[in-house]
Amino acid sequence: MAITSVKNLKEFSTANDRFEGAHLLCPGCAHSMIVRELMNCTDDNLVIAANTGCLEVSTAVYPYTSWDTSWIHIGFENAATAAAGAEAMYKARKRKGTLKDPDAPVKFVAFGGDGSTYDIGFQWLSGAVERGHDFTYICLDNEVYANTGGQRSSSTPIGSSTTTSPAGRISYGEKKMKKDMVTIMAAHGAPYVAQLAPNKWKIMAKGFQKALSTEGPCFINTVSACTTEWKFDSKDTIHLTDLATDSLVFPIYEIIDGQELNILYRPKNILPVRDYLGAQGRFRHLFKPENEHVLVEWQKRVDAHWERLQRREEARV
Amino acid sequence: MQGVCATDKRGSKELGSEELVGWDEVMQGVVVNSFEGDATDIARQKAEERNYSEFSSYTATVASWRVIKPVYNRDICIDCQNCWVWCPDTSIVSRDKQMLGIDYDHCKGCQVCVEVCPTNPKSLLMFAEHEDLDKALAQWPQKEKKEK
Repeated sequence: MAITSVKNLKEFSTANDRFEGAHLLCPGCAHSMIVRELMNCTDDNLVIAANTGCLEVSTAVYPYTSWDTSWIHIGFENAATAAAGAEAMYKARKRKGTLKDPDAPVKFVAFGGDGSTYDIGFQWLSGAVERGHDFTYICLDNEVYANTGGQRSSSTPIGSSTTTSPAGRISYGEKKMKKDMVTIMAAHGAPYVAQLAPNKWKIMAKGFQKALSTEGPCFINTVSACTTEWKFDSKDTIHLTDLATDSLVFPIYEIIDGQELNILYRPKNILPVRDYLGAQGRFRHLFKPENEHVLVEWQKRVDAHWERLQRREEARV
Repeated sequence: MQGVCATDKRGSKELGSEELVGWDEVMQGVVVNSFEGDATDIARQKAEERNYSEFSSYTATVASWRVIKPVYNRDICIDCQNCWVWCPDTSIVSRDKQMLGIDYDHCKGCQVCVEVCPTNPKSLLMFAEHEDLDKALAQWPQKEKKEK
């Protein structure tokens, strides 16, 4: 696989962008930072499938496309299936010798939001991983159905106010916990599963390169801060992602072959979860005295998750 | 190559006058090509070397989204490329490890580049959209002393 050097940012910046501007994602959207980085970290031909979601509707507004690679969209749920199908066809045609350029390296990538990954496309993703297609699935996790107006998904964390779990006099917002998708995908026995964040660009680029060069189905959950639904200023996307990774709400780690867990980033100063929650409008109501118990619960769960990850890393099982 | 539409004449006929076709005759979806002609080596071509088609959003603009715009000061820049890696709109033009400037056709004015700029004073600052670039550079702030 032809990889772009990610030794330092200057070297990385010589990559030629294959994701064009003038897409219609919100200003400051982390989706495009993640997509750009994936497409910049390799020179190989890419076949990209996308689930319905912000990324899909904003980058393929007829008659425009922002993609300089092969790109396909079918339905809400089946980016994984589309990528798997393309990969199966590619292999079959390679075997039959009907490819125009059989030596050209090709990578298959599927993008989905958290709604289409955690909820609607879960069965399709699970099936494609189980069948063992050689593709990389990247979930752009913004913890809400942002494209349709901010409904809750099973990725929405506790206490978050969304349009279908609004906070008010009676409710403190979303009542349920976030689904642990990374562990679920690791349990499929996928050769490479990781959670990455765009503020740590080098770790993310290396993770992408590892996933692309690994044969078999790989799953990557990326934190994608949403200025519109998380309710913060567009300039703070990277700052907020910093808060997310440094407060360990989104720990950065990888799981290889469903077994070996490596923590890829340990913050020097672990921030309290309050700092992360307080920076977003969707959690503002949690700072009322009657919702104090949700904040305590938040911190307790984040601490427990971090403890579990460290134990798993030590135990190597 | 042209984009192929489900019904080629979409928009040219009055509503309700479409010919009825069977389910297996309808061509679904749309194919648009980002480039004219050969596009096998795109990953090794810079934007200015590519032959974009009219369907690529590269040929479109979102400049009207902006109310404030980033202005770039070459004198202070250290070419760290932070703005390049985190620009969500592919609007930072970098060539040969050097930052060249801002693509104002694709910039939406989100201010991420200003926030991630590490120099003191910052080499990217936001100004009103109507501000003249030279005037903006003339009123650049001085180096801030670090508070101890």
